[in-house]
Amino acid sequence: MKAFEYASPRTEAEVVQLLSAEPGKTEILAGGTDLVGLMKKMIVTPDRVVNIMDVPTLKSIDELPDGSVSIGATVTLDDILAHPYLDVYPAIKQAIRGISSMQLQAQGTLGGEVCQRPRCWFYRNGDGLLSQGVAEGANEFHAILGNSGPAKFVNSSRIAPALIALDAQLRVLGPDDAEQFVPLAEFFRSPQREGQREHVLAPNQFVSHIVLPPIEGRTCATYEVRHGEGPDYPLAAAAAALRLNGFGIVQDANVVLGQVAPMPWISQEAIAVLRGRKVDVALAEAAGEAAVSRATPLSQNEYKVQLAKVAVKRAILLAAGYETGGF
Amino acid sequence: MAEYTWPSREATAVIGKEVDRLDGMAKATGAAKYTYDVNLKNQLIAVALGCPHAHCKITKLDVSAAEKTPGVVAVHIFEHAAVGREVEWEGELLAVVAAESEAAAKAGVAAIKLEYDELPVFVDDEDLAAAEKAGRTGKGGGKTELEREPGDDDDEDEFVEKEIARLLKESKYVVEGYYGIDAITHCCLEPHGSTVEWKDGKLLAYLSTQNVSGTDEGFANDLGITSSDVEVKCDYIGGGFGSKFAPDYWGVAAAKISKETGRPIKFLLSRDQELKIAGNRPSGYINVKIGADENGVLTVWDSVHWGTAGYKGGGVSQTVMPYVIRPKNYRRIATTVATNTAQSRAWRAPNHPQACAMSQTAIDDMAAKMGANSYDVFAANLRAGNVDSQHPDAANVYLAEMERCAELIDWKANWHPHGKGKAKGSIVDGLGMALHTWGGTANNSDCRLKVSPDGSVEAFCGSQDLGTGTRTVIAQVLAETFGLGIDQVRVNIGSSKYPASGASGGSTTVGGVCESHRRAGLDALDKLFELAAKELGVDAASLEAVGGKIRVKGSDKSIAWKKACTLLGMKPLEINASYKRGDVSTLSSSGVCGVQMAHVEVDKETGVIKVKKFVAVQDQGLVINPKTCKSQIYGAMIMGIAAALYERRITDPKSGAFVNAELADYKLARLGDIGELVVDLYEPESERQRGVIGNGEPPAISPKAAIANAVANALGVRVPVVPLTPKRVLDALAKA
Repeated sequence: MKAFEYASPRTEAEVVQLLSAEPGKTEILAGGTDLVGLMKKMIVTPDRVVNIMDVPTLKSIDELPDGSVSIGATVTLDDILAHPYLDVYPAIKQAIRGISSMQLQAQGTLGGEVCQRPRCWFYRNGDGLLSQGVAEGANEFHAILGNSGPAKFVNSSRIAPALIALDAQLRVLGPDDAEQFVPLAEFFRSPQREGQREHVLAPNQFVSHIVLPPIEGRTCATYEVRHGEGPDYPLAAAAAALRLNGFGIVQDANVVLGQVAPMPWISQEAIAVLRGRKVDVALAEAAGEAAVSRATPLSQNEYKVQLAKVAVKRAILLAAGYETGGF
Repeated sequence: MAEYTWPSREATAVIGKEVDRLDGMAKATGAAKYTYDVNLKNQLIAVALGCPHAHCKITKLDVSAAEKTPGVVAVHIFEHAAVGREVEWEGELLAVVAAESEAAAKAGVAAIKLEYDELPVFVDDEDLAAAEKAGRTGKGGGKTELEREPGDDDDEDEFVEKEIARLLKESKYVVEGYYGIDAITHCCLEPHGSTVEWKDGKLLAYLSTQNVSGTDEGFANDLGITSSDVEVKCDYIGGGFGSKFAPDYWGVAAAKISKETGRPIKFLLSRDQELKIAGNRPSGYINVKIGADENGVLTVWDSVHWGTAGYKGGGVSQTVMPYVIRPKNYRRIATTVATNTAQSRAWRAPNHPQACAMSQTAIDDMAAKMGANSYDVFAANLRAGNVDSQHPDAANVYLAEMERCAELIDWKANWHPHGKGKAKGSIVDGLGMALHTWGGTANNSDCRLKVSPDGSVEAFCGSQDLGTGTRTVIAQVLAETFGLGIDQVRVNIGSSKYPASGASGGSTTVGGVCESHRRAGLDALDKLFELAAKELGVDAASLEAVGGKIRVKGSDKSIAWKKACTLLGMKPLEINASYKRGDVSTLSSSGVCGVQMAHVEVDKETGVIKVKKFVAVQDQGLVINPKTCKSQIYGAMIMGIAAALYERRITDPKSGAFVNAELADYKLARLGDIGELVVDLYEPESERQRGVIGNGEPPAISPKAAIANAVANALGVRVPVVPLTPKRVLDALAKA
């Protein structure tokens, strides 16, 4: 680990002041479950680490007047699991339970989970985020969608698909007291050059809160295909949020895949299949098929197409209250 | 001289009892100091630069900037990293930086300027054709055994071809299969390494080792000193599995840097270095054709297998093929494949897990082809004498163990023909089994035993405890011998200054230390009996040591242990005992069987497998401590589940990089993955009479084949190569 300056601000404004406008100079420390490992391996080498865990305003879960729920960036995953306001969003709690690690759940924060860096082993082994070697290399866990650009890694967040499916917004703070609300659906991007981050924030901006709109009769679920029961990352995942009428007809749907593309992958194809139809196994399967219809697997990961299809099918079935028929 | 025997089952007070590990609390609370926990005053931390490419020629290695890095005290370049030298695998250490802190050492490593020419890389050990094309194959030997012999005029090769073709043609059933098992690493939780210091020209090395008594010489040879100038200490070790028998070149480097700087050096490998260079198990892949009669009894086996043990080639020895179930007629040929990976090290039952996974899968496919119950096919082969095992009464023991194992997993109720089970949604279940064998002979072991006039008992032995209970077992043997409680004897192991004891490899430790300590104990008891006999006015032969007393057998006449020890006078009684490997003894022997059966569920849509229940029935002669014995088997089963479903070395096909050399990416079985484990110790009197036999390796052999067979039973489709990842399961289903 490279020697660094450590700052522990007490207010949101102080956090912004401490962040450099230059990429790579400062890193935000929350739970540290990802950052510390990256620093130990010298994959990231900031001059200053800004600990945001002591900023009181980032630590709470609040219900807003319009019924939205605001979750501070440093709220731990365990606190989310335990919080009754969030019982109406099972997709989020299912995603957290899937992490299957007491340590990561106790220490990890929502902001950190959403902003974590890709698990791509080329990146983690120091070859950069856009390593040229991926396309014909050891890519069995890499992207099958959105992989035509230089980025072939997958976004690793377990919770982001559910948050996007539920139309979550991020409260983002930046210099000059700038406060913006960014839909999470527009937060991630596929980097086009080395050094570019996987999201749209400037280096001196940070996520302070995640805001969930009221559930308002929607149902939701996350389904992850996991190789084992341990804390390893899933092979494919999907979150679905559905608004069904009294006859079980889909009035509105969101389907977001995880672990299959450089960003959480919103499947308009699956959404189109679902709208106006009654949910049953055949429809869920058709949505799964549609979700992977444009998949472009790499040399070693064609199997992920099947897994992504099944994840979508099962997330929809779970959201609609059906059994998945599998593990 | 005493007669060296064990007491009968009925007469034992401590042996055969579930005694808690003596060091369990120390380990659970962190009080136990592992090598990684040893920190010496004024020590430097050493960090090494590993080779970033799997095959290259070094053109420049400039450490001048590293030497000038703040906090750096010394930089050492390994001889094999000299300019012009070829490095043939990724991670091989090139240079090491010793500094005041880990951060300074890492900064020093980052400042080393390395340049190299990339050379061609080959890592695809599964692809035999590609290996041949790349000129990476070699002969691995072979053997042919046929019941019929060629005539005087026959060309021998031609005769073999014709005879095998005839046997296959005349077989009622023929199966042609492809199977495999990927390379895995030892993945010791505590990496290889040491903390060393020099005092008055002598080296003290705290080394993470399975070979306390044998590594002093390794240091001495390379440092130009004698073994007596070296003390190797290892009180606790965080995993070895066959990979920690030597100081290794990095241990010797630590000693050299320590001498040069006059300061203690702590040098343990980083996690990725541990996985990349400090031990792996060879891969194995096989093409095989087998024939069987109407009962599934094998009539012929014809196989070619290949695999890699690293840059030198090597692979799985042909001598263990076909494994345990071996027909009278067979031909086995092995091909070695050289890859740009570090050379393998012994891994828990070298060759056996791979041989089991490559052959007993074929037996199960024979059962599938016949539409028969796999149990019946295995049993028919055992009854027909198609057995190759190190146990002298193998067929009968396997059959008895199979019966017990089947009861415990409820084989009859759960069995269905391959692929014909009832699906629940997309989930199907299946049963599979496998058999194994191992030697487990007692290793060389010397010990010194001290019985003091105050009644205390203390033993010294240069053995080690891999976590399996060596201390506890020695204490049980001594307590039993002297009729004392387990807390009345003190056991000292873990120093090369104690009487030499063999390395813990090959399941040889429990036999060795039981031999030496039981002998020493009985010899000491003889002396004490002589003194007590005079005191009691009886014949020494009439005495026994039980319940803290030396008493006349069958009477109340006795003398308390402490009182008896006062008869020694002023000086303690010191006994040295020695056991030489191979000496015939009633205390130990070798050769075991072992049966395992797995019940799994498979999600056909995702290829995800879950172990529902996994049963091991294991013989190991006389069991000293059923608790530590069972723990050993549980550990082996969990390790086996990891290798069956999750674990493998993944190399990048282009660069040869070992891409998953981190615990985050190197998938192992977790608690939620292991299902219900059941262990049954098979110890009828016939086994107990054989004396102690090690069981470290045998239970680690069968899991891969048993689980793979269970998956084949569930799916009705063979997933040929372990680990059985979702990708491989889906690929196999797609091909079927």
